[in-house]
Amino acid sequence: MGTTTVEASNLGKRFKDTAALDGFDLTAEAGTVLGLLGPNGAGKTTTVRILTTLLRFDTGRAAVAGFDVARDARQVRRRIGLTGQQTAVDELLTARQNLVLFGKLFRLNKTRAGERADELLAQFGLSEAANRQAKGFSGGMKRRLDLAASMILAPQVLFLDEPTTGLDPAGRREVWDAVEGLAADGTTVVLTTHYLDEADRLCDRIAVIDHGRNLVDDTPAGLKRRMGADRLEIIAADQSDLPVLREIIAVVADGETAVDEGASSVSAPVKEPVAALTAAATAVRDKRLTVADIGLRRPTLDEAFLELIAKEDQ
Amino acid sequence: MTTIAPLPDETLAGRVKWTLHDYRAIVGQEFTHLVRQPANFAWGLGFPIVMVLLFVYVFGSAMDVTGEGAGVDYVAYAMPGMFAMTMAFGFTNTAWAVAEAKQKGFIDRVRSMPMASSAVVVGRNIADTMHAAVDLVVLVLIALAIGWRSGGTFGETLGAFALLLWLRFALIWVGVWMGLLVKSVEQAGNLFAVAFPFGMVSSVFTPPELMPGWLGAIAAWNPVSATATAIRELFGNPSSAGTSWPEQHAIAAAVIWPVIITAIFLPLAVRKFKNLGR
Repeated sequence: MGTTTVEASNLGKRFKDTAALDGFDLTAEAGTVLGLLGPNGAGKTTTVRILTTLLRFDTGRAAVAGFDVARDARQVRRRIGLTGQQTAVDELLTARQNLVLFGKLFRLNKTRAGERADELLAQFGLSEAANRQAKGFSGGMKRRLDLAASMILAPQVLFLDEPTTGLDPAGRREVWDAVEGLAADGTTVVLTTHYLDEADRLCDRIAVIDHGRNLVDDTPAGLKRRMGADRLEIIAADQSDLPVLREIIAVVADGETAVDEGASSVSAPVKEPVAALTAAATAVRDKRLTVADIGLRRPTLDEAFLELIAKEDQ
Repeated sequence: MTTIAPLPDETLAGRVKWTLHDYRAIVGQEFTHLVRQPANFAWGLGFPIVMVLLFVYVFGSAMDVTGEGAGVDYVAYAMPGMFAMTMAFGFTNTAWAVAEAKQKGFIDRVRSMPMASSAVVVGRNIADTMHAAVDLVVLVLIALAIGWRSGGTFGETLGAFALLLWLRFALIWVGVWMGLLVKSVEQAGNLFAVAFPFGMVSSVFTPPELMPGWLGAIAAWNPVSATATAIRELFGNPSSAGTSWPEQHAIAAAVIWPVIITAIFLPLAVRKFKNLGR
């Protein structure tokens, strides 16, 4: 782990009478992907807008790539890329014209802007579409073009605000691959998302935000661990088997065994999941029982997230 | 990872140079739009053409603007009005384009880049003024085709066109301000409801003295009237100068009005732009 490239502490921002951020802290190590997760209105976009110099803030301090966001905005702007919620590409221009335009606005000379455009088109798999107008592009292609435009200066920190919202599964995969590629090349990525599978797949760390405050800052695995152990679950084919199945599970359980008659299921937390599963399956076979399903359930990030938000709201 | 360092622009001369470079890039973008969207350009001109046909041929035969009988010289009276009105309505295009750039996140992207953020606004202004010049050329060709002529000297004729662009230039700041003010592109589209009376309650198609007193007074003092009357004088076209100060001193009024508009709306637009970060 290297140096810290994004560091914000005690950020506060009010819009009229609502506090969008209320003492929010955030850190990202160089070369990692940080996910900013939270419900609508939690303060995700406000945080991104502050860190990308678009929005002034009331309290706290923030530094990106070693420069103070408020005092050295120009220095920060040279070292960041931003892909906002909308695809901010010019749809009337071709893919290449877009990248050349942004290259010029990043103050590359004409030749260099052209070269860089071609490099990025190749990197983001858009070479064949280079001379087509962006308005005919699929959602995924537009997003990739948008990402390419924010990568012109090979930024140290890339901010992505809901990069896959509104994309179909194929489009999301295209964007994920692109983000993973950038992170592998050493770019620090800060992304906001509603999608837990996205955070799970892309992020090294996840900061959960709600009501403008930090709820949790952890790795995806750590976040799931907070939900407790894996559970062994058997779904009965016949409701009358439930008591027997309960006994089988109780043998391997590490905690209280729960019976859900509505779902015809019996489950319990287990310490050594694979051994417990094998033992239970063997017991089911030995007793010549037929069951609808037997398996391990890992807590999903969704559950961890919903639990966190519910706790917060209590 | 390859790091591409942007060229240094820390000296004043460097900053000026790169700021101009940014303006040029944005103007270039606007011109690509123009080339890419010939239909938009045609639609933009469609409106004044329809108005010419309506006013000159439908209403024109009943108009007695010179006191020499209905229909006499109406083309010569209406065409300069048409030019002025097209310049006046142009600010809605500016507002629409700015609102779209804002809504689509283009302005945010540009503000997060190490460029001169004023380029979005200034580049827009330059591009729109040039666009207006192209509009004028097409309108003049139409006017010539239906029999309008400038009776002024070459210098007077050129001066008249300069006054038209001067009005358009001033109104661009109104457009930028309104474009930043509105919440969406759809709202920007509604601005035409503002533009229409602004363009029409003027001496563009009818002399203000033929209107009811209070309306005539508004029309007489309308900046669009000042420009319309001034260019009629310069073109040597029939005019209908009433007794109010701007009608008696139309050329002065056509110079001063845009100065006042710019003095009010340029700072408003700049402040609105800076407040995007609030």
